[in-house]
Amino acid sequence: MASILRFRKLYYVEQAVKCSSVGFESLDQSPKIDQKLDKKEEDVISANNLALGINKRKRAKEWRCIDSCCWIIGCLCTTWLLLLLLCHCWPVTLLRVPELPGPGARLKREGLTALHPVVLVPGIVTGGLELWEGKPCADGLFRKRLWGGSFTEIFKRPLCLLEHLSLHYETGLDPPGIRLRAVPGMVAADYFAPGYFVWAVLIENLAKIGYEGKNLHMAAYDWRLSFQNTEIRDHALTRLKTKIELMYITNGYKKVVVVPHSMGVIYFLHFLKWVETPPPIGGSGGPGWCAKHIKAIMNIGPAFLGVPKAVSILFSAEGKDASYLRAMAPGVFDSEILGLQTFEHVLRMSRTWDSIVSLLPKGGDTIWGNMDWSPEEGHVCDFSKKSHSQTSLSDNNVNNSDVKRGFRVKDLAKYGRIISFGKAASVLHSSKLPTVDSKEFSRTSASLNFNISCGDIWTEYDEMSRQSIQNVAADKAYTSTALIDLLRLVAPKMMRRAEAHFSHGIADNLDDPKYNHYKYWSNPLETKLPDAPDMEIYCLYGVGLPTERSYVYKLSPSSRCKSIPYKIDSSISGEENSCLRGGVYFADGDESVPVLSAGFMCAKGWRGRTRFNPSGIATYIREYRHKPPTSLLEGRGIESGSHVDIMGNSALIEDILCVAAGATGYEIGGDRIHSDILRMSERINLPL
Amino acid sequence: MSLLRRRKPINESSDSKPLLEKEEEEQHQGHDEDDDDDGNGKNKKNPSKINKKRGEKPPSPPSPPPSKWSCLDTCCWFIGCICITWWLLLFLYNAMPASFPQYVTEAITGPLPDPPGVKLKKEGLEAKHPVVFVPGIVTGGLELWEGRECAEGLFRKRLWGGTFGEVYKRPLCWVEHMSLDNETGLDPCGIRVRPVSGLVAADYFAPGYFVWAVLIANLARIGYEEKNMYMAAYDWRLSFQNTEVRDQTLSRIKSNIELLVATNGGRKVVAIPHSMGVLYFLHFMKWVEAPAPMGGGGGPDWCSKHIKAVINIGGPFLGVPKAIAGLFSAEAKDIAVARALAPGFLDNDIFQFQTLQHVMRMSRTWDSTMSMVPRGGDTIWGGLDWSPEEGYSCSKKGEQKNNTQIMDQTGAENAVCKGRSANYGRIISFGKDVAEAPSSDIERIDFRGAIKGHSAANTTCRDVWTEYHDMGFTGIKAVAEYKTYTAESTVDLLHFIAPKMMARGTAHFSYGIADNLDDPKYKHYKYWSNPLETTLPNAPDMEIFSLYGVGLPTERAYVYKLSPHAECSIPFKIDTSADDEDTCLRDGVYSVDGDETVPVLSAGFMSAKGWRGKTRFNPSGIRTYVREYNHSPPANLLEGRGTLSGAHVDIMGNFALIEDVIRLAAGASGEELGGDQVHSNIFNWSEKIKLQLDDETPVHSSR
Repeated sequence: MASILRFRKLYYVEQAVKCSSVGFESLDQSPKIDQKLDKKEEDVISANNLALGINKRKRAKEWRCIDSCCWIIGCLCTTWLLLLLLCHCWPVTLLRVPELPGPGARLKREGLTALHPVVLVPGIVTGGLELWEGKPCADGLFRKRLWGGSFTEIFKRPLCLLEHLSLHYETGLDPPGIRLRAVPGMVAADYFAPGYFVWAVLIENLAKIGYEGKNLHMAAYDWRLSFQNTEIRDHALTRLKTKIELMYITNGYKKVVVVPHSMGVIYFLHFLKWVETPPPIGGSGGPGWCAKHIKAIMNIGPAFLGVPKAVSILFSAEGKDASYLRAMAPGVFDSEILGLQTFEHVLRMSRTWDSIVSLLPKGGDTIWGNMDWSPEEGHVCDFSKKSHSQTSLSDNNVNNSDVKRGFRVKDLAKYGRIISFGKAASVLHSSKLPTVDSKEFSRTSASLNFNISCGDIWTEYDEMSRQSIQNVAADKAYTSTALIDLLRLVAPKMMRRAEAHFSHGIADNLDDPKYNHYKYWSNPLETKLPDAPDMEIYCLYGVGLPTERSYVYKLSPSSRCKSIPYKIDSSISGEENSCLRGGVYFADGDESVPVLSAGFMCAKGWRGRTRFNPSGIATYIREYRHKPPTSLLEGRGIESGSHVDIMGNSALIEDILCVAAGATGYEIGGDRIHSDILRMSERINLPL
Repeated sequence: MSLLRRRKPINESSDSKPLLEKEEEEQHQGHDEDDDDDGNGKNKKNPSKINKKRGEKPPSPPSPPPSKWSCLDTCCWFIGCICITWWLLLFLYNAMPASFPQYVTEAITGPLPDPPGVKLKKEGLEAKHPVVFVPGIVTGGLELWEGRECAEGLFRKRLWGGTFGEVYKRPLCWVEHMSLDNETGLDPCGIRVRPVSGLVAADYFAPGYFVWAVLIANLARIGYEEKNMYMAAYDWRLSFQNTEVRDQTLSRIKSNIELLVATNGGRKVVAIPHSMGVLYFLHFMKWVEAPAPMGGGGGPDWCSKHIKAVINIGGPFLGVPKAIAGLFSAEAKDIAVARALAPGFLDNDIFQFQTLQHVMRMSRTWDSTMSMVPRGGDTIWGGLDWSPEEGYSCSKKGEQKNNTQIMDQTGAENAVCKGRSANYGRIISFGKDVAEAPSSDIERIDFRGAIKGHSAANTTCRDVWTEYHDMGFTGIKAVAEYKTYTAESTVDLLHFIAPKMMARGTAHFSYGIADNLDDPKYKHYKYWSNPLETTLPNAPDMEIFSLYGVGLPTERAYVYKLSPHAECSIPFKIDTSADDEDTCLRDGVYSVDGDETVPVLSAGFMSAKGWRGKTRFNPSGIRTYVREYNHSPPANLLEGRGTLSGAHVDIMGNFALIEDVIRLAAGASGEELGGDQVHSNIFNWSEKIKLQLDDETPVHSSR
């Protein structure tokens, strides 16, 4: 080693000489000096090793560049290491950003302590999934997270991962030879990806007032499955029941407070019915189980009536962020040059997930509006990045309703048409639209040619003939009822599979024995709440963010190997203040769930004693107006109202902590409403 | 440095010294252009350099240390090279196909045997009985739920297990959080450290150091997953009953076992406790059937309804001598792995770290360490002059197996050994001569009545507090005067030197032998984890297995000395200078056959004799099996910790053991497995122990 170093040193000297020679030329030094100098150098070198020296000289040029590269990298590395060292040696207190004490610490000072055990029910996509058995391509990933965590495997072996994440297309369960299971415990959904918290902030604040493993439970489940299948395959519902019973007993017979989020809300609704149903399909808890064990259900960002976004995911895999996959696979992958066909893969994968079907809009035209009517009509959108204060200013100065009326005349979004083909179809009056019943479409499935040419990517679109694809587009506009029919047409197998587990209608007569079937349990419009008059139901959700509500589609240019034939027409935007932007009509909500879906059941469907709520369970609406974080230091903000970030919202955390510590809904202030939810609910004509 | 030296001669040899100087500068200039964000120091020098260049010939260079700069440059250059190589290697490594290491291994060692999971799957085995793992001491992870200010940012981070990064960053804070309250044995005020739950609690102890991971992976091959596996993680620092009092851990285990049985079609569970988990599960089996206020209220047939088999891996049923050394002087070789984390130089008083004292203070607040103190007193562990293992010859461990058998057959050799055998009964002796002398020669002064002097050291010892400071010099002397301690008197010794700790401990553990098991006092929970003071549950269909490694020297007795009396240090030390080839004495420790931690006697006696057949400890006649695994070290480095290991923790990766466990989980009974599998002298040794087992004639076990 030492000799090598010495060697290097010699080069170094030589270089120096060279450099100087160039420099001196410009200073009118005679080249002779250079030569002399060179000679001298050579002498010096030859004193050591002549032959070697000559050799070196020949290669000096090449060496230089590499050397300086090494040098630069070395410098950078050293600086970096030094900084790293400094950062680590730094006393923890110095770097700490002076932060306000979180709601947990504050409430602890006020004397709150853990009282009721808390159960957290995560939503779709936020729960981690780990591999228990896989194909050879997933070697070495045993019990590693395939979903959640750092997602490194997506980049390393994307096709392998897609294969493992998909479920069986016919059964909606595991494909043979693959077992992917939910990560259990708190780690399942505290962080979705490193640094991207989901439940972590809430957990930390709960811990501040005394919660820990014994009175805090994360009900992780495989969110890809239909709800009943989580029980059939993993006994997830039985586990949850046992866990709640155990916590009830070990915490001195204190009822639990359940905090479901997003899809977890309807999962827990399913659980409520399941647990009281007799054994073969239910949990045999008996009719008083919920009354005995549950104090309150605090639904965060509830998707009670579904989300329109689910439609676009199933239709064309274009949901903006409900499936984070989209973000993971940036635009580059769309290009067909690479032949990656990301969207087709994603579409195929997400169509094997029954759970997405559970998020399709429920209640049909009665809730979501028809061709010409929707409960949200008259909503004013405000896309411009005006700060919140400005909005409120205008609210104060100008008569609010006047402004709205003005817009209503000009550009009235017809939210009822959840999918329309072309902008015209989304605006025109219904009488001017061609009326073709989608059920009449003939569906030719003889196009085997497509199948073969398309390799192993197989979506049900490949089985549709060109003609029927065009017919779908000709129908122009679809309301939420027609939409279910549309999906049955474009993806018959998926819908057949999924509709054995989910239903999207409204019950006429809830006493009909058919409603004992589990497929109705997760639809609040087709089940009764349990008989638990002391229970409380909260709807906590963010408002003030534009939320996808309906879409303008176009036929995508045909290509040889079938890509998805429909695309959101992102070129279409309305004028200023219109709710149409990028082919999507927006309404008020939390960026994922429209206010209507989140709030209607609490605001009207279950309010008081209705047929859906025979025992008169008290319901409360708590809305949180979105405020973007004021500075970068705040991260995702403590006043955010967006679907996932709301889990870090201080006001929401405070509400949950208070209820967990024993407060009732009345004590925390009853309803807190910012949006138009009450008026919207009024407009919905649902017999109660 | 040689580079610097190299440089000077060149400078001197060349006539144009100033020129060279300039060249130097020129070069720096160039580098500065290359890399602007380099250190400020360089930039400051820039103007002067430029000035110099403008001035035609700087008459005398003001010696801006050129040699120093070049050294820095070379360093940078060197580091750069290293970084690039490293990145390249990293890149290559990441780009490498996943099967490559296996390929290399196979190329070197020949095809690897299938892991047992794969092999048995080919045989058609499938997951049948749900499996419950009970981890042992120190292997379970602990995480922080509430802490002092110094532990900020560690919320729900692992304090124990994982990388142990915090041990180095804030050692005192860490010790403070890991300690329990000295009086109650529960959480100190304002600190809540809780066990990690789920399989992650103990699959790996530290990155790359598996505990349960290999077993879990193999079980998964035949179809196990989260729904039929359960890791009964508990806070291993607490006494067993306190895990229920504080965390309701026992209730959770009960509830989870019931759930597993219910969701898996009524199939009973197979419990697999390891190390201290064995005692914990023993406690659990008594607890679950005891009536409600103290117990779990499961009723008298809970175990027979829910448990198919208990597969004890390396179970210290009768305690381990190591625990004594740990409590006595914090010197147990690895019972507190903390020792390993704080390497020898930290002991040094120069640093004033007093690591050992901190460790001792911490580990003495852990009640669980007291569960491992040898039980059964002299009856089991031997008196001053005899011990069940006497005649054990260490030299055989180097020889082959068949040699041992020959030795057993020829009694003569045995007799020879006896003449120079270690007195294992004397668990602690002060001085090697005492350890070897016949008992009649030892003069002992009873320490029990000795008055503890007051020590002035108390105030000077900063916040490091061990109970030794309360003993004073006379107390310490009295301990040494007693010369030698058998198992029974060791317990008294611990009472003497650490009264507060033992007061806590004896409320939760007992170390005796029951005369009459029907005595109502044995209904108290402190007897539940002592197999010699409880009866097994009434579950005739259940099976109990003792699986453990043999063939490794295991600590059995110690030679101590008084350490030079320094203030604030532990007054006793193992006399590492004591060595004796013949009597297995090495570095002050007498060793005997075992798995490096648990002596064969402790692991095997209950299954070999105490519970064999229908005894008073086992009234329903639960069948017991002894399965021993002879240790053979890994053949080469590539094998890691070996697939044939018999060491206490590494045995969890032993293929033979895993195969046995999988077969049992898939439904086999002990008979189908092949009954007993014995390599050591456990049956001989058990014979020598005169423990009353019943009114009937003691059951003689024979193979």
